[in-house]
Amino acid sequence: MKVLLSKPGLDGHDVGVKVLAHGLIKAGFEVVYTGLRKSIETIVDMAIENEVDAIGLSILSGTHLVLAQQMNEEIKKRNLVIPWFVGGNIPTLDVPKLEAIGANKAFPTGSKIQAVIACFKELKVKA
Amino acid sequence: MNDVKTKKTAEDLMVKRVFLESGIEVDPIYTSEDVEYLGIDREMPGEYPFTRGIHPAMYRKRPFTIRQYAGFASPEETNERFHFLIRNGQSGLNVAFDLPTQCGLDSDDPRALGEVGRVGMAVDTLDDFEIAFKGIDLDKITVSLTINGSAIIAIAMYIAMAEKAGYDISKLRGTAQNDILKEFIGRGTWIFPVDKSVKLVVDTIEYCAKHLPKYSPVSVCGYHIRESGANPIQEMAYAFCIAKAYTDGALSRGIDIDDFASRLSYNFDIYGNLFEQIAKFRGGRRLWAKIIKEEYGARNDKSCWLRMIAGGGGGGLTKEQPENNIIRSAYYALISALSGTQTMALCSYDEAYTIPTEKSAEISLRTMQIMIHEMGICDTVDPLGGSYYVEALTDRFEEEIKKEMKTVDRWGGIVNAVVTGKIQESVSKQAYEREMGIQTGKVPKVGVNMFTRKEDPKPVDFHPYNQEAAGNQVEKLKRIKSTRNNNKVQEYLAAIKEDAEADRNLMPPIIAAVKEYATVGEIVQVMKDVYGEFEEPIFF
Repeated sequence: MKVLLSKPGLDGHDVGVKVLAHGLIKAGFEVVYTGLRKSIETIVDMAIENEVDAIGLSILSGTHLVLAQQMNEEIKKRNLVIPWFVGGNIPTLDVPKLEAIGANKAFPTGSKIQAVIACFKELKVKA
Repeated sequence: MNDVKTKKTAEDLMVKRVFLESGIEVDPIYTSEDVEYLGIDREMPGEYPFTRGIHPAMYRKRPFTIRQYAGFASPEETNERFHFLIRNGQSGLNVAFDLPTQCGLDSDDPRALGEVGRVGMAVDTLDDFEIAFKGIDLDKITVSLTINGSAIIAIAMYIAMAEKAGYDISKLRGTAQNDILKEFIGRGTWIFPVDKSVKLVVDTIEYCAKHLPKYSPVSVCGYHIRESGANPIQEMAYAFCIAKAYTDGALSRGIDIDDFASRLSYNFDIYGNLFEQIAKFRGGRRLWAKIIKEEYGARNDKSCWLRMIAGGGGGGLTKEQPENNIIRSAYYALISALSGTQTMALCSYDEAYTIPTEKSAEISLRTMQIMIHEMGICDTVDPLGGSYYVEALTDRFEEEIKKEMKTVDRWGGIVNAVVTGKIQESVSKQAYEREMGIQTGKVPKVGVNMFTRKEDPKPVDFHPYNQEAAGNQVEKLKRIKSTRNNNKVQEYLAAIKEDAEADRNLMPPIIAAVKEYATVGEIVQVMKDVYGEFEEPIFF
């Protein structure tokens, strides 16, 4: 299974996303990382190019709702069926909001790496 | 230290072996024989090599400066918070900027959508500085600008604002973070390629050495490097390598070491083992003094001072049982004071998940005030000096930091290590190991992997995003663009371009441009046209 990990928006805090990348690789996933400050459009382009099975958006500046909205529109615009996830500094109240926008699941700070891995693995089983 | 004895003693006492995060083994007991640096018996605070502190009387004469990080959506709101902090006894201001400003984008840039004023104050033009600092006496309060990629513009705005208000800039005090090399390692608000980014830092050092001798244009940040996964030894070693890179740049412009070294300052991280951090600072302070004197030939003792801000360690705080962070921060404050810091800023207990509320910021302030006024922390200088353990560990840290700096040399120096991603790769691996240590319980964390409780998922106070302020900021920018002298702005932007192409110091043309209300985005765009942009090596 191949996952694209991305940093949309202007936030440059990439410790968490890189920790997750290490964790996913150890668990047998293939990981492509976008690097910092990528537009949603570029992220979706990269997801298509790399034929990934899921996209992770790492956002710690608080812009998650705005960026999730953009993500949802971009995915719809291109008629894609690809599960996407949000991780980062997300207040509890915003978790259901993100899922309502279209995120498959949201992982606030403090989530266990194993929980993310389990979630991605489940995705594979369903597919 | 004698490793054979360590093992025997630990076995003798039938206690388990203990290792610090840095990998150093801790003996259960220390004696005078463990202290290698014999000079410590004769060394006085305020004397080279400053193990015991940079001033003879330290806090007995004046406590450390309290400088909490603050910055809110709009310059107006920021100004209100500044006045609140000053009324409550804070002696320095620490300005947070929003991400568009830090990345060199204007508030009306499409890439800034949703980010304007979110993590700090939005700045487009000099007007925003003038509003934020309204009613604040720049001669009395020292201001720290937390900005890096576009720091040269923020410093230029600060100088322009002071000049326009009639201050004598040669007396202006304050600090800018302006440490771009660490931004490539962690935090990520780089804009230009590495060599040009370093050149801009050196521009500010050169300009300040000539015109603002009391201003600290750079605060080298071990802090973010450690937050990105470095251990305490690497934190100091990488920071020193970075400071040396800026120093070499300044020297290559013909500036005398004694004309700027005393204005370099540091920003360090505190979390984890109490004694390890204290030894890190004491050993690091001694090593830095030796580097500046022995390698660079400084004649002035002040040039050898390791001046620092240290206090908050965001990496040590937890989202679980957030009230525990109040206690952690109080310990961090104690560590910082016992290490002889010049300035202190604590992370607020809610900072692990939001921008601090007024209440949590006040708790941080009171934590430091209680320590100063009730705990006797200011009574005597370097109270841990002479402790066998602390001195032995201090020796060891000096040695280990030096070794780690040699490793960076082997990577081709700090600039090369950043361009190739070597450092980024090494710290991110360690961050993963640390996180796994916490998640598996190998690294103890109260409330996270021990003494946990089933938490109420009730929402916490969250600093709301001020959508209206963001809108107002864009409106204000429009208004300024239509009322300023646009011919002059174009003329000054062209001057910046010309100086960039000729590789001249950009401080003078940027100061001239911001005085005419050229925007951050306009100036950065002109610089990008000449310098290009950094291409990030993808490493994890």
